[in-house]
Amino acid sequence: MLNEIVCAGLGGQGVLTAGKIMMHVALEKGLHTTWFPSYGNEMRGGAANCNVMISDNKVASPYADHPDVLFAMAERAVDTYMKTMKKGSIIIANSTIIPKDKEYRDDITVIKVPATELAQKFGNERSANIVLLGAMVKHTCIFSKEDFEKYMCSYFESQGKGKRNEQNIKAFEIGYNYI
Amino acid sequence: METKIIKGNEALAEGAVRGGCRFYAGYPITPQSEILEWMSWRQKEVGGVFVQGESEIASVNMVFAARALGARAMTSSSGPGFSLKQEGIAYWVSAGVPAVVACVQRFGIGDGYISAGQDNYWQAVKGGGNGDYHLITLAPNSVQECLDMAYESFELAEKWMHPVLILSDGTIGQMMEPCTMPVMKEYDMDQPWAAKGTAIGEGENKVITDITYFQDIDEWNAGYIEKMRKIQKDEQRWEEFNIDDADVILVAYGISSRVAQRSVEIARKKGIKLGLIRPITLWPYPRKAFEKINKNCKGIVTLEMNMMGQMLEDVKIAVSCKFPCYALATAQKVAPTDEVIAFCQKVMDGKVKETEVF
Repeated sequence: MLNEIVCAGLGGQGVLTAGKIMMHVALEKGLHTTWFPSYGNEMRGGAANCNVMISDNKVASPYADHPDVLFAMAERAVDTYMKTMKKGSIIIANSTIIPKDKEYRDDITVIKVPATELAQKFGNERSANIVLLGAMVKHTCIFSKEDFEKYMCSYFESQGKGKRNEQNIKAFEIGYNYI
Repeated sequence: METKIIKGNEALAEGAVRGGCRFYAGYPITPQSEILEWMSWRQKEVGGVFVQGESEIASVNMVFAARALGARAMTSSSGPGFSLKQEGIAYWVSAGVPAVVACVQRFGIGDGYISAGQDNYWQAVKGGGNGDYHLITLAPNSVQECLDMAYESFELAEKWMHPVLILSDGTIGQMMEPCTMPVMKEYDMDQPWAAKGTAIGEGENKVITDITYFQDIDEWNAGYIEKMRKIQKDEQRWEEFNIDDADVILVAYGISSRVAQRSVEIARKKGIKLGLIRPITLWPYPRKAFEKINKNCKGIVTLEMNMMGQMLEDVKIAVSCKFPCYALATAQKVAPTDEVIAFCQKVMDGKVKETEVF
């Protein structure tokens, strides 16, 4: 089973990190995975995206031509990727940033989670990507909640950022429990 | 063995280090700067030398010197930076210096763009510098292969006393995949061919430079051409998928071969008989791979990230023009799988004019 995932948004929203966490969890679960980034020269504000492929078998192309999942932190992500998505695919949309009246294809499931707002209330706007990851794990069948939390923490530990793990789990659960 | 998730460029650098590379000189350029960055801290850890040269030209010549002293030495670059190194590389060849260079291809002519491309093919495999030479050219198509090829590259270069080029691309260099780390190789730089200090009065100093200065030119030429022919015969490497009954065969290396393979997988599920030949060595070009193509094959299609279909001429030579050949050359982007399959379908139906070689 091949999952083609696109994480997209603006530079600084943590979309590349969200993709790296998915890849790390996949590896820990013994799955095959690739991660390919694309971003502008800007550190913040320009378009940023990564393609994450997760499969039981060796992954040939690292390019997500027809995404199964769009992890959308900003409106531009939807504008860019929705047209190439598979029928029956899913968009996890950050509805704080993407307008409420945004039109979506009717053969795609859309899960709207105000990730930025929830993260602000929680006290750290920069956790919006983790909040949205919680929603993604809940509404897709790629990972279990337990595995994802465990290996997300080991990812941050491997990056020397393990001390924020308690906060990250909280942010993750806010997204997981929202809908 | 330990598995890590790293970028292709980092894997290439780590593979070289584990393969015994103890001297690196280079100059930053996207999309290969991670090689240089990795080397900047890693060489220190393993007791090697890292130099950020004042230019590509300085760096390539520093590598010449370090390798002449016996150390496993390499440099890397991309685009115009790789162009600047060509003179130095030609000198490595004429001196028989088994150094390694990596080029992580960007797209474009001159300065070009920072994103991936495959338009350095001609420069990489048809010479680059002056004189009769090809570099032994390896083309990784995964993060693991970036590591494995760099790990092996010095032994391959030393086997033939001829430089090795690792021709990667911006996507293979920037993407991340799990990668298994091999054990560290030990290498003694005290080699019989290397230059060493000689005390006054104790024999002749060894000078390593353009060998033709010191040898009879006809004698040197004869040995050199024999070596090159032997490399051409012995070092062809490739991978093939579903070619036995294929109606159309794709030929692609590096990132394009990953997309080609996916296209074959999707097409086969729909009953469209595609196959793939993936050259692993670009020089010597794996002509032997093309001997097995069934006579009913309707066409061969190269998939390349350039405008002119640079590899097409090598395919035509490999099949002696016995099959119609086409290039799906889509500039700075690899054609998506749908487009690849649609193109191959048109070839099958005889609806595409054969592509002319530039």
